[in-house]
Amino acid sequence: MAPFANLNTTWFALIGLLWAGYLFLEGFDFGVSIVAPVVSRDDTDKRLCLNAIGPVWDGNEVWLLTAGGATFAAFPLWYARLFNGFYLALFLILVFLIARGVSFEFRNKVDDLRWRRAWDWVNFLGSFVPALVWGVAFTDLVHGIPLSPGGRYYGGLPGLLHPIAILGGLASLTLFSLHGLVFLSLKTSGDLASRARRLALPVGSAAVATLAGTVAWVASAGRPAVVGQLTGAVPLALGVVAVVAVAAGTALVIAERDGWAFASTGLAVLASMGAVWSRMFPAVFPASTHAANGLTIAAAASQHNTLVVMTVVAAIFVPFVLLYQGWTYWVFRKRLTRPPEARTSVPAAGAGGPSPRSHDGDGAGSGALTGGRPTTRHA
Amino acid sequence: MQLALARWEFAVVTVFHFFFVPVTIGLAFLVATMETLALRKQDAEWERLSRFFGRMFLINIAVGVVTGITLEFQFGLNWSAYSIFVGNIFGAPLAIEALLAFFMESTFIGLWVFGRDRLSPRLHLATIWMVSLGTVLSALFILAANSWMQHPVGYKLVGGKAVLTNFWAILGNPVLWGAFSHTVLAAFATAGALMLGISAWRVRRKDASPEEKSAFLKGARFSAAFTCVTTLLVAVAGDMQARLMDTYQPMKMAAAEALYHTAHGASFSLITIGNLKQKPVFQIRVPHLLSLIANLSWNGTVQGIDNLQAADVAKYGKGSYIPVIPLTYWSFRIMVGSGILMILLSAWGIWAARRRASGQLEGTGAIWFTRAAMWGMVLPFVANSFGWIFTEAGRQPWVVWGLMLTAKGVSSLTVADIALTLGGFVVIYTVLGVIDAWLMVRASRRPLDQVYAAGPAEGAGTEGEVPGLIY
Ligand code: HDD
Ligand code: HEM
Ligand code: HEM
Repeated sequence: MAPFANLNTTWFALIGLLWAGYLFLEGFDFGVSIVAPVVSRDDTDKRLCLNAIGPVWDGNEVWLLTAGGATFAAFPLWYARLFNGFYLALFLILVFLIARGVSFEFRNKVDDLRWRRAWDWVNFLGSFVPALVWGVAFTDLVHGIPLSPGGRYYGGLPGLLHPIAILGGLASLTLFSLHGLVFLSLKTSGDLASRARRLALPVGSAAVATLAGTVAWVASAGRPAVVGQLTGAVPLALGVVAVVAVAAGTALVIAERDGWAFASTGLAVLASMGAVWSRMFPAVFPASTHAANGLTIAAAASQHNTLVVMTVVAAIFVPFVLLYQGWTYWVFRKRLTRPPEARTSVPAAGAGGPSPRSHDGDGAGSGALTGGRPTTRHA
Repeated sequence: MQLALARWEFAVVTVFHFFFVPVTIGLAFLVATMETLALRKQDAEWERLSRFFGRMFLINIAVGVVTGITLEFQFGLNWSAYSIFVGNIFGAPLAIEALLAFFMESTFIGLWVFGRDRLSPRLHLATIWMVSLGTVLSALFILAANSWMQHPVGYKLVGGKAVLTNFWAILGNPVLWGAFSHTVLAAFATAGALMLGISAWRVRRKDASPEEKSAFLKGARFSAAFTCVTTLLVAVAGDMQARLMDTYQPMKMAAAEALYHTAHGASFSLITIGNLKQKPVFQIRVPHLLSLIANLSWNGTVQGIDNLQAADVAKYGKGSYIPVIPLTYWSFRIMVGSGILMILLSAWGIWAARRRASGQLEGTGAIWFTRAAMWGMVLPFVANSFGWIFTEAGRQPWVVWGLMLTAKGVSSLTVADIALTLGGFVVIYTVLGVIDAWLMVRASRRPLDQVYAAGPAEGAGTEGEVPGLIY
């Protein structure tokens, strides 16, 4: 019943990979934005945090757009039911992503501390809310959705806020925050990096607890069985891998093994998505009411020709994308360091960073205020 | 009610997105060109100009990107029945757009912004050209999706869904190539007009230093020529589109002219006052022009709305297949009128800025030109918006021409749901628009040398191995 090697299943897996890639990458830039207010002592620290993700966050977000486009093309019915059903949840995410997107670009355009503070808030909220809501949405998906016999979801936003989903949301929030802390430890140096490291213990513990709780709850809650589904052991095993990886990442970053720590938290994100996907299979929109109300891969999929075109295009162009995105990370592989004059500047409010003139700069305007030493450690 | 709200929401979010899109496409190209000139000629003036307009480009693209994210999900949110119907075909270009174009744009913008001190000048130049290529590819694929809705090709209907039979037919759609050349050239013209207005104003500003005057005069001369040429080409492409429209969407052609009765050697009305349906109170007509536009012949036949409606009823069953005539009629004229004004304005600009010594945009005539150029910055935005409103409104009542009615495409949602998101988008977009406009005005006032020189002095004494503090 479950045809493993056909194009439908391949695209189900590929879309899973796109989501996993999205959450792995945007996961750390969400995380950095979420923890920045806590680890920063002054405006310069904030800017270092933002600069650590500055060159890459937009490219990371395109993974989401690609996942959305690929879902539309490969599984039109899934795209339609999902976004029609999760209408307000998605609207919420969009609003916060919009605000976040402009906050990066607008923040440095006016040399005024209050202006910057305001955009810092926007940047924080724009990351905090999606980081939470993605977890809620995916937990709902694995746990099953109260679908009507026609396969539609009428529960609105409140219907998605099942306690189990809220726990899942907290898990993604803490996991991304940890991922971001690890990224900061990896990409910055000095006091900022050590503050990030210190915060890893509480945040990591919270992530272990919420993630383990979610995995256990989903596994024990059960759901109407879908013909052809994988045995519960597969998603469970992946979930356990994720929990262990979070714990390992926390320990490693405290031990200053930043590269390995980042690999671990990244693995945790990937394994979690693996758990979600293997748990949904072979449904794309599993029902908590009657299995027959759910939407399966086969029913949702596009017809053969479309999938062939998509496969060819992906096979040719994905390697290029990976190549130049990888190159970006290599170009910006060095750790960021506070500029010398900023080290002595008065911390906290009012000081507004080292040098007023540089505030107004941007990439097009100036490469102002570069500072610090190249380090030998690579990202 | 749901339908009306969903349509308003789509119109609001796309038109808003498309305020920024042409500026992005056009400025990416112009900034890349200026950076090339700066590097090849080792010319400091071009260098300053490219940074000056590069800053405006970045402010603009921030809003362009975030409003685009809304659109990517708009089809599933409000048009899920439509998405199910067209997903097999429509989804592919959308996914390919993200894969080919959006990755390219976003990644290379990061490299361009943060890589100025870390990449060699040539490599840095290559990154902005990649951004420009990405914007043009993005236009190509999204327009492939849109053109399929105007003129469906390469499909068959299976079980109430459109299914792909030939992908190349979708890329070879004649309507696509008309729309692509028209839209991209219009985007170039948009950025050109923007640069012309700002440059002319900066040349004449009281406190402008001689260096600034000289640099911006250069910019004005360049952008006047660029705008003039691209707008002329836009008109050529538009003329080509009109002929395609006459073939594939005759109802839209008739609606553009409010032509009710089939006519041979049809005349074109420049302006109409009164009722578009019955006897107009006042009208200026150019004999034979409509026939010329529609099929390049003096006495060619242009079909009228009444005949087409009767034919459509015979073909598709009872109902009205007529778009909202005043909307199509006037939006077409507003677009074309703005285009003609842009051509005249930029030609004037070439003349006003032609001589360096006496010209300097100083004479009394030049004052008028500067004022006109500043107001002229509005023209391409008007033309772009009304161009899309015409294209999309003229397609009504179809969402996919001849295959699916717009009324059938909408999601199953409550009025409250859609009203909430529509209201939400209007509020957020208004705030964004105001902030963006304010930042753009600020950016246009910056002294050129500040743009240019802020960096090195601050960076001195450091090894420069770490990206600058940009945010
Ligand atoms: C990929 C497809 C696509 C693309 C590229 C565009 N549109 Fe469109 N447009 C639609 C697909 C569509 C649609 C989904 O088909 C709508 C929604 C409701 C409708 O009737 O058609 C529509 C409607 C629609 C309407 C409302 C018309 C009406 O309801 O009477 C306007 C004003 C626009 N669009 C404007 C634009 C602008 C400014 C675009 C430039 C970005 C644009 N469209 C690109
Ligand atoms: C209605 C259909 C449309 C959808 C679904 C859509 C989708 C998107 C999305 C998701 C983005 C953000 C990409 C990023 O993050 O880099 C975007 C940006 C962009 N889109 Fe659209 N778009 C539409 C219409 C158009 C049209 C008609 C054009 C061009 C003719 C266009 C050209 C662009 C460009 C150049 C960008 C780059 C960012 C910017 O605008 O400043 N889009 N679009
Ligand atoms: C000056 C003569 C012009 C002519 C004859 C002309 C003609 C046309 C026609 C016939 C269409 C509809 C195509 C269709 O629905 O199939 C169109 C659409 C459009 N026009 Fe124009 N146009 C002109 C000027 C301009 C200018 C100056 C701009 C902007 C700067 C512009 C922007 C647009 C846009 C954005 C669209 C919608 C996209 C498309 O369908 O290509 N046009 N134009």
